[in-house]
Amino acid sequence: MLIARIVGDLVATQKHSSHEGCKLLLVQPLNLDGSDRGDAVVAVDAVDAGVGDRVLLVTEGFSAMTSVGRPQSPIDMAVIGFIDNIELLSDAIPAAPQKPAPKKKSQRQA
Amino acid sequence: MFLGRVVGCVWSTMKDRNLVGQRFLLVQPLSPQLKPTGKRQLCTDCIGAGAGELVYWCRGKESSFPFLPAEVPTDSTIVGIVDSVHDQQC
Repeated sequence: MLIARIVGDLVATQKHSSHEGCKLLLVQPLNLDGSDRGDAVVAVDAVDAGVGDRVLLVTEGFSAMTSVGRPQSPIDMAVIGFIDNIELLSDAIPAAPQKPAPKKKSQRQA
Repeated sequence: MFLGRVVGCVWSTMKDRNLVGQRFLLVQPLSPQLKPTGKRQLCTDCIGAGAGELVYWCRGKESSFPFLPAEVPTDSTIVGIVDSVHDQQC
């Protein structure tokens, strides 16, 4: 299960019959610090989410299918909840790797 | 599921008998801005997508469900043709 943000939606007329009546959302998975985590994906909406909402995203078939109530259908991602608040310990986000300090001229020559 | 564009097709004659009759399409994954991202992927097709079309495809065991009761050994399938994408990220 991932933390994600809704960034848009898409319209598809010709699609598998089990997707009819489902809202398809463009969802951007997020890191703990709120930055983007990989590319945006397409997910089926199970909770009537909208653009800008911070949500829970499942990326596994069984949980996605059952949450939208369509078993045995080709659905592998679904939005299954809204995130109200995230509490984090101050050291839970790993610090960005620091670049090594540039060597001084005297050290390079040595 | 992921956005993608059909960029080609693959023919195969010697294959698993459960794959007989399946179409194999090459799909280039796309970002919401419709820019190519990642490597091209070979997908089976359950809706009749054609070359150049914007599609969305699904991954994993679920990709064989459109073909039930046939048990098609596939791990990615095109499941819809996309009419329009509304990216409101910016």
